[in-house]
Amino acid sequence: MDQPMLEVADLNVYFGEGDDFFQAVNSVSFKVKKGGSYGLVGESGSGKSTVLRAISGLIADWDGRICVEGKVLAPKRGKAFYRKMQMVFQDPYASLHPRHTVDRILSEPLGLHGIGDVETRVLKALDDVGLGKAFRFRYPHQLSGGQRQRVAVARALMLEPQILLLDEPTSALDVSVQAEVLNLLSDLRAERNLTYLMVTHDLAVVAHMCEEIAVMSHGKVVEVLSVDQMRRSEPKEAYTRELLMASKGYDPEFFAGEAV
Amino acid sequence: MSEQTELSGLKAWLSTDVPASRFQAKSIQFYLGWLKLVSNPLAFLGFLILLVLVFCAMFAPFLAPVDPLTQDLAKRLSPPGVNGYLLGSDELGRDILSRIIYGSRITLFIVTLVAVTAPVFGLLVGTFAGYLGGWIDEVLMRVTDIFLAFPKLVLALAFVAALGAGIENAILAISITAWPAYARIARAETLTIRNSDFISAVRLQGAGTLHIIVRHIWPLCLSSIIVRMTLDMAGIILTAAGLGFLGLGAQPPMPEWGAMISAGRKFILDQWWVATMPGLAIFIVSLGFNLLGDGLRDILDPKKSKS
Amino acid sequence: MNEQETLLRVEDLWVRFPTRNGIVEAVRGISFAVGRERVGIVGESGSGKSMTGRSILRLVRSPGQMTAKEINFKGDNLLDYSERQMRDVRGHKISMVMQDPKFSLNPVMTVGKQISEAYRLHSGASRGAAKRKAIEMLEAVQIREPERVYNSYPHEVSGGMGQRIMIAMMLIPDPDLLIADEPTSALDVTVQMRVLAIMDKLVKDRGMGLIFISHDLQLVSSFCDRVIIMYGGKIVETCKASELHNAQHPYTRGLLAALPQIDEPKAKLEVLDRDPAWRDQESVVAYD
Repeated sequence: MDQPMLEVADLNVYFGEGDDFFQAVNSVSFKVKKGGSYGLVGESGSGKSTVLRAISGLIADWDGRICVEGKVLAPKRGKAFYRKMQMVFQDPYASLHPRHTVDRILSEPLGLHGIGDVETRVLKALDDVGLGKAFRFRYPHQLSGGQRQRVAVARALMLEPQILLLDEPTSALDVSVQAEVLNLLSDLRAERNLTYLMVTHDLAVVAHMCEEIAVMSHGKVVEVLSVDQMRRSEPKEAYTRELLMASKGYDPEFFAGEAV
Repeated sequence: MSEQTELSGLKAWLSTDVPASRFQAKSIQFYLGWLKLVSNPLAFLGFLILLVLVFCAMFAPFLAPVDPLTQDLAKRLSPPGVNGYLLGSDELGRDILSRIIYGSRITLFIVTLVAVTAPVFGLLVGTFAGYLGGWIDEVLMRVTDIFLAFPKLVLALAFVAALGAGIENAILAISITAWPAYARIARAETLTIRNSDFISAVRLQGAGTLHIIVRHIWPLCLSSIIVRMTLDMAGIILTAAGLGFLGLGAQPPMPEWGAMISAGRKFILDQWWVATMPGLAIFIVSLGFNLLGDGLRDILDPKKSKS
Repeated sequence: MNEQETLLRVEDLWVRFPTRNGIVEAVRGISFAVGRERVGIVGESGSGKSMTGRSILRLVRSPGQMTAKEINFKGDNLLDYSERQMRDVRGHKISMVMQDPKFSLNPVMTVGKQISEAYRLHSGASRGAAKRKAIEMLEAVQIREPERVYNSYPHEVSGGMGQRIMIAMMLIPDPDLLIADEPTSALDVTVQMRVLAIMDKLVKDRGMGLIFISHDLQLVSSFCDRVIIMYGGKIVETCKASELHNAQHPYTRGLLAALPQIDEPKAKLEVLDRDPAWRDQESVVAYD
């Protein structure tokens, strides 16, 4: 299949007006093949999360081209779009409504799309993410960070999308919990042939989860490379190399003596 | 023996870690909130005071020793404890205690009606303004500003003067002056909430504006509104009393507490009980609402629920 | 490193919090010592590492209760100090840098004023002398335009710069020991490295001791000399940073295995199997 599952071409995203006008994303282009896993890496302010929000339709002030399975997307999305693409958010403490039970959170998308068999689907979703039916009527404040993130993943999968946008899904979690959630995401992708677009600042996580990465800085794509190239320490751009070095731990010679 | 196991059955149902239905989950949260209320002595006191208010209102005919409207001019202005009048009698010989008990009905009526009108309207205006933004927000907020610009009592007076004296008009007037504060609160909460990830998540499921506002935003605004409402109640009772005092609220011979104070004004130096007793009643009920409101704020504060 | 003069020695530290559901023990009887070296305390959330840091400065607020057999700092038991004496220690002899400069810098005072204040509090210097010292410190943390930054407000500087300012503020009174509680966790990874380099240099130059509290095992092992690993309020292992890959305790090994590595691809990350027995084991004593 030649046609990429997700294609972004010359994406620009803007914020604010007049004095506050700011271009967060500048001419970003990349392609993700079906069943692939693509990483957008960058530090804060690089625009990586903004790209995700533009792709998902949460932000409407962008220009450029975004295509899903060959179809060009308009800034406003219809309900059918949400059955193709879903998102998992970064902060497990903020992505679940504090007054809704897990059951309500999971059955809501089904209600909005008129999908029946709610109880069966909710119980299966809880099973698929490794939580049992004991969690069904709990509130988010009764769940740990890792459990909340699993609920967030379950919610994203309720509409059976083919593309998952992952916005730093594990950066708020402890290392051991991160491992569980990343394993869960890998397993789900293998089982359901999902396509992932993952945004993160952690090169080790992206190396584990993705096949290809685009490194972003200040709204632009600085370099695109495969994960293999990165592992072999073959990045071409200085910024990528710096990011790579920083991810490996503290190295006094590399980082000392730079005034800011 | 069986009663004990039945009670522990209910308690067990309410303390389980694994609720089996939405109803059970909600009940558990409610029960936990109740436990918090009971453990806060001042808040519980406030709750009891209001319970007494409701009790008096419901069972007034059984609690009041005599009819509140019966006059006995021979026994007018009797001090408390004399002639069988526990709290004394007023200038027409009516039993003050009975009038206070029956007056609780009027107070409760005022409080309930205002509570279901002003905050509800304020919630509607505030949440829609906050979520939709743009010109809708501007227009709604300027309207709110206009109402907020008037001192409450003056505005209420103006309305009552225009609509005519009477308790229903007084309540309407008070509601009209009270709603803007709730609109402001609701809008502020909405502005904070609308950028949350859980709202983004439900937008990504295709939810429309109405669904989001009603099902996601209102439940979160509810706590602040409820707390504000309980704390406002004292002020509302006083405003109603003020209107009654000026003769613009409840009309004689209704035993509205404010009107009673007004009538007792003339005798305050020598027969202090005629004005003071209803005054104490207002004070206690206002205190009850304030204490309860403070306690509710501790219980309903969403920050406490954050892990 | 070279001959350790033991700066701090903590013996049998406990921190308890009474809650509605009983007493929560955040720190359960740990003992360790720190000399003029860099010691990292690593743990996940709930391990008690932050509480340990705060206990040393007796910053645990009621209803939390801190008890210990001894908290010996340069020969004196801090537990015997009055609150007044503790105030002299805090910031002056033992300093603490916290995670987010957004929350630890006063937003309504200029940066310069805050640093000068920190200096004058413990040295009684004049305003002019304090300003000079503050600008010197800002240069020492490699801020390029110290005069300009001196006059700016915390919200006008970036995260990395804010953290450097915190470091300047905390090191200006020349403390012997610095406790850094997740000092770089809120920063971007390249900025992290720069800030660490500055801390590294300053700590080395002044011969200070450093306690580096973090959840990032990899970072701590590359930055510190010695590592202490905490779990469930206890110390489960301690070793030299260079020996971390030979760690013995299953929790440490589990953490290492759960981390994705850039250099070695793993098909699946090993999921940590928490053995409840770990919580009941004796805390490892980490005096060296």
